Amino acid sequence: MRKAELSMAIIMALFSIYLMWKSTELPIGWIPDEGPGGGAFSFWLSGGMLFCCLAMIIRWWRRTSPPSRSDKPFMDRETFVLFLTVSLSLATMIALIHFVGVYISLPLFLIFYMRYLGSHKWKLIVPMAIFTPIFTFIFFEMALKKTLPKGVTEPLFYPIYDLMY
Amino acid sequence: MEILGHLFDGFLISFEPLNLALVIFGAAIGLFIGAMPGLGSVNGVAILLPMTFLVPPTSAVIFLGAIYYGAMYGGAISSIMLGIPGASTAVATTFDGRPLAMKGEADRALVAAATASFIGGTISVILFTAFAPPLAEVALAFGPPEEFALMMLAFATFIGLGGDDIPKTLFSILIGLVLSAVGLDIVSGEPRLIFMDLPGFMHGINFLVLAIGIYGIGEMLWTVELSKGEVMISQATISVRRVFDSLRELLKTWKTMLMGSFLGYFVGILPAAGATPGSLMAYGFAKTIAKDPDSFGKGNVDGVVAPEAANNAASTGSMLPMLTLGIPGSPTTAILLGGMVIWGLEPGPLLFVEHTEFVWGLIASLYSANLFALLINIAFIPAFIWVLKLPFTVLAPIIFMLCIIGGYVPTLDMHDVWLMLVFGVVGYLMRKLDYPLAPAVLAIVLGPLAERSLRQSLIGSQGDVMIFFERPISGTILIIALLLFVLPAVRVFRQRSHNPNLA
Repeated sequence: MRKAELSMAIIMALFSIYLMWKSTELPIGWIPDEGPGGGAFSFWLSGGMLFCCLAMIIRWWRRTSPPSRSDKPFMDRETFVLFLTVSLSLATMIALIHFVGVYISLPLFLIFYMRYLGSHKWKLIVPMAIFTPIFTFIFFEMALKKTLPKGVTEPLFYPIYDLMY
Repeated sequence: MEILGHLFDGFLISFEPLNLALVIFGAAIGLFIGAMPGLGSVNGVAILLPMTFLVPPTSAVIFLGAIYYGAMYGGAISSIMLGIPGASTAVATTFDGRPLAMKGEADRALVAAATASFIGGTISVILFTAFAPPLAEVALAFGPPEEFALMMLAFATFIGLGGDDIPKTLFSILIGLVLSAVGLDIVSGEPRLIFMDLPGFMHGINFLVLAIGIYGIGEMLWTVELSKGEVMISQATISVRRVFDSLRELLKTWKTMLMGSFLGYFVGILPAAGATPGSLMAYGFAKTIAKDPDSFGKGNVDGVVAPEAANNAASTGSMLPMLTLGIPGSPTTAILLGGMVIWGLEPGPLLFVEHTEFVWGLIASLYSANLFALLINIAFIPAFIWVLKLPFTVLAPIIFMLCIIGGYVPTLDMHDVWLMLVFGVVGYLMRKLDYPLAPAVLAIVLGPLAERSLRQSLIGSQGDVMIFFERPISGTILIIALLLFVLPAVRVFRQRSHNPNLA
C-alpha cells in the first residue's frame, strides 16, 4: 500500500508538470485590461495539482495519511489477476470494435466474461450473446438513430438499412 | 398561490402518458440499480443518461429524477437483506437493518425503510416547492462574479466539510477543472491542452466520459473485487397482515422520521455533503435523542427510519441548488446538470422563467416518483430479493457493455471510449488509495462555467480582481468559501494544541 501511495503521487506529479508545460502553449500571464490568458487557468490549476502531490509525498514520508500507514498489500494476487483480466478484456473488446464492429465484439466479450469469469452454462450464454446485440441494434440504431461502429461487417447491414430508410 | 398554479401545470405535464410511464419505469429501474450492491443513483444516472436522447428534455429529466429516487429506496434492500449497502447512501441503514433481518424481521425493516423513504421524500419535495421559486428569484440578480463565487463555495465545502484527505480532495477538484479546460479556449478560440495532438481532444472532454469512466467502469471494477466472496441472503417472510402490523408500529417513529427528513434535506443542499453524510448524521442524531440508545445497532427500527428518511430528503435537497443556482448539490445532480447542457438548456435561475414546463414537470414528477417507488417497492419486495440472487457475472458484462455504448453515443467518437476506459482504470486505482472522486466529476461539469464566469467578470472589470469582493453578495460568499478552505487547517491546529503528544 505504501509503495502504491508513493507511486501514484509521483505519477500524478509528473502528469501535473506535463499539464503545466502543455498549458504554456497559450499565454499564461495576465493580459492587461482583460485578465488571465487562455492558458493561465489550466497552468495555475496544474501547478496546484503539483503542490497537492508534493503534500501527499510529504504526508507519505511522515506517515500521516491512512494508506501510507497501512501494511496491507495494495492488491492481493487474486484481485490483481481479476483486475487485469477484466480491464484487458475490456481493452480488447474496444480494440476489436475498430475492426469487426460492435456486433461481433460485444457478443465475444459477453461470452468470454460469462464463460471464463462466471462459468455459466451455454444454455444461458448463447441466448444472451444473440439477443443483447439485437436489442442494442433496435434501441440505439433504430430508435435513437445513432450509428454504432461496424468495421468490416458494415456491408452485412445494407439490407437492414434498406428496410429502415 | 402562483406556486400552486405552476405546480398544477407541472402535474398535468407529469401525468402525460409518456412521462407517467417514464416515472414508473424509472422508479423501477432505480430500485433495481439501488438494490444491486455497489451501484447507486449516480451510477444509474451516469450510465443511462445517453439513453435519454430518445425523448424530449422534460421527459428525460423526469426519467432520471425517478431513477434517482428509486435508487434511494432500493439501496436499503441490499443493506437489509445482504448486510452490504446497496449504495454508499444506504451505509447507515445496515447498522440496524441487518440485525433486524438476522432476527427474522427483515420484512419489518424493509417496510420501515420504504415508508421512511416516502416520508422523507415527500417532506423534502414540499420544502423544495416552497423554497425553490423565491431562491431562483434572488438568483436572477446574480451576475458572473456571483456565479463564480458560488462555485468557489461549492468547491470549498468539499475541503471544509468533505472529511477526506485534504491534499487528495484538492487534487481531485483541480484535475477535474484542468480536464474541463481541454478543447478550445473560450475567449480566444485557440486549441488548448490537445494531448499528443490527438484530434479527439479538440471537442474537449465530455463530462459523461469522466462520469461513466468513474461511476460506470471504475465502480464495476470495484464491485468485481468486492463480489469475490459468497454472501448470505436473509430470509424474509411477507404477508399482508405483517405489513400492516409493521406500518402501525411505525407510527411511533414519527419523530425520527421528521427529524431525518429535515436534517437530510438541509444537509443535501450543501454540495459536499449530500445523502451519505446526511443519512449518517441522521442515524447519529436519532441515537442521541433516543430513550434507549443502547438498542441501536442491535435492531432498532428507529435506526432504519432515520437514515432512510434522510437520504431521500437529501436527494431532493441537492436538486435545489442545481435547479435554482446551477450549482449541483451531489455527484448525481452534477451529472443531471451536465445533461441539461447537452439537452440545450442553460442551467441557472433563468430556467424558472424560460423553461417553466421543464422545472415544474420535474418537481411534480418527484411527488409521483415517490409514490410509485413506494408502491413498487412494497409490492415487489420478493422480486428485488430475487434480483440480489442474480449472479454478478451475468450483470457485470451487460453493464460494461452499456458503459461502452453510452460513452460512444454522445459524440460518436471511439476516442472517447478509450479515454473512458483510462479514466475508469485510473479512477479505480485512485479510489483504492482513498482519493475522493466525486469532486472531480463536479469540477469537470462546473469547470467551463467557472472559467467563463471568472473571465467574463475580469473582462467586465478590465482585469480588476476586486470586483469579486466589492459586490456585496459575491464578496460575502467568497469570504465564507475562504473560511471553509482554512477550516481544516484550523481544526488540525486546535487538535495539536489540545494534545501536543499527537504531533
